[in-house]
Amino acid sequence: MADREYGFDTLCLHAGQIPDAATGSRAVPIYQTTSYVFDSPEHAASLFNLQTFGNVYTRLSNPTVAVLEERVAARTLYGGTHTQLDVNFRKLGIDTVFVDADDPENFARAITPKTKALYAETLGNPSLNVVDIAAVARVASQAGLPLFIDNTFASPYLCRPFEHGAAIVVHSATKFLGGHGTTMGGVIVESGKFPWDNGRFATMTEPSPGYHGVRFYETFGDFGFTMKCRMEGLRTFGPALSPLNAFLLLQGVETLPLRMERHCANALAVAHWLQDHPRVAWVNYPGLPGNRYHDLARKYLPKGAGAVLTFGIKGGAAAGAKFIDSVEFLSQLANIGDAKTLVIHPASTTHRQLSEEQQIAAGVGPDLIRFSVGLETLDDILWDLDQALQRSS
Amino acid sequence: MSDIATLRRVLRDCHTIAVVGLSADWFRPSNFAAKYMQQHGYRIIPVNPKYPEILGEKCYPDLRSIPEKVDLVDVFRKPADCVAVAQDAVAIGAKALWLQIGVINEEAKRIAEAAGLTVVMDRCVKIEYARLYGGLNWFGVNTRVISSRRPTWLPH
Repeated sequence: MADREYGFDTLCLHAGQIPDAATGSRAVPIYQTTSYVFDSPEHAASLFNLQTFGNVYTRLSNPTVAVLEERVAARTLYGGTHTQLDVNFRKLGIDTVFVDADDPENFARAITPKTKALYAETLGNPSLNVVDIAAVARVASQAGLPLFIDNTFASPYLCRPFEHGAAIVVHSATKFLGGHGTTMGGVIVESGKFPWDNGRFATMTEPSPGYHGVRFYETFGDFGFTMKCRMEGLRTFGPALSPLNAFLLLQGVETLPLRMERHCANALAVAHWLQDHPRVAWVNYPGLPGNRYHDLARKYLPKGAGAVLTFGIKGGAAAGAKFIDSVEFLSQLANIGDAKTLVIHPASTTHRQLSEEQQIAAGVGPDLIRFSVGLETLDDILWDLDQALQRSS
Repeated sequence: MSDIATLRRVLRDCHTIAVVGLSADWFRPSNFAAKYMQQHGYRIIPVNPKYPEILGEKCYPDLRSIPEKVDLVDVFRKPADCVAVAQDAVAIGAKALWLQIGVINEEAKRIAEAAGLTVVMDRCVKIEYARLYGGLNWFGVNTRVISSRRPTWLPH
């Protein structure tokens, strides 16, 4: 009998964890330990040589963190994942060429023999452009390169980039996966389908000197990339998630489908309402008919265009600052994806040090307000918006 | 078939595994996969004409030379060699034929299945054991195991 293909909502609740074998605990136990005993010196040697599966040190693996990893991997279809915090690629000497993602051919034109990967966001921040993932994936595939997609703004409930050809998906779990603004975290998920042995990725196919010559792709196959991230990246750079934080993120993941439905419904209603408001100059939300990315949003985000929208306030920077100062319960902070509605005026906060020309070039003009629409009563959100807009003039 | 129920049955019903093409080099996947299964309670019988002994067990040049009952034939050979291996597996009365990751041969599969053997192809015996009986889940891999039952085994 073929294995049942469970639905997304079921996987959000069950993937990655069966009742604890030792205690029968139904909820995920928090394994608050740094280290794990070895059965014998030989067992330890097998673990260090990556020749058996087991826990050594929580920087590399932890059973609570592993539940979160597998749950995210299951919901994004297939492969391995590992959690990671705050990796700073720039310090590692990795050069990046930025291109306008609206034309997928721009990626093709930027590829050189040294290129290792293409990278894009499902929904760009803060411009909220929707990337044609399948088209960029074709460019990547023709060049023998993996396409990385940052799917943070969409969450796996709204978009699963593997279905469109992405090789690696990353999320800030701090946002919708956790969903309650409590916990920092990030994930890397691999599709398990990228051919790392195509001649461009020697570090995946040649012996790893740190592990007695293990070849990650040959040994681990469809989870070779994430094993390499874990065993070389986590070990060396140390951005490991704590067991408690994994537990908190898991509580959020359980209700992701329900929250995303309400986030999207509220965001669409707020976007429509703002369009008709006399104090609003423009509204940018890919879920609105007429938005330049609306067709791509219908293709890649059919269940909703997410919780984030931006709008322009009449009166520019001064009105924006006044608006933010006037809200009653909408929270002014630099995050998205909280259950609470969040609002920020970049020109007077995160981008204040830039000139007006520089702000416009960065896609955050002086009049731009960014909203992450939360789960409060819709009428209350609109009420707070309206009174703050009235006071901003 | 490689659904979870079939794989669990193969791994539960088979106790003696003949590993065809087992390397004596400790850093080769065939060696540490067999060693892993040995450490998890299976009897390993090495099959490789190049060695007298591997992993503490007497090594045989081919399947037909093994003087005892073999449940599972696990194959680390190139796909072209698999038809002969499948014929030998049938001849010695094995219950199942397992071709490792990348070892794909439809004719070998057909021969073994026609004789009533369960065939698993393009999978790793060690990874599947760890996936279904614990261990692989510690590394964030999508094991596809969904259950509300408390397992009767402890992963190790």
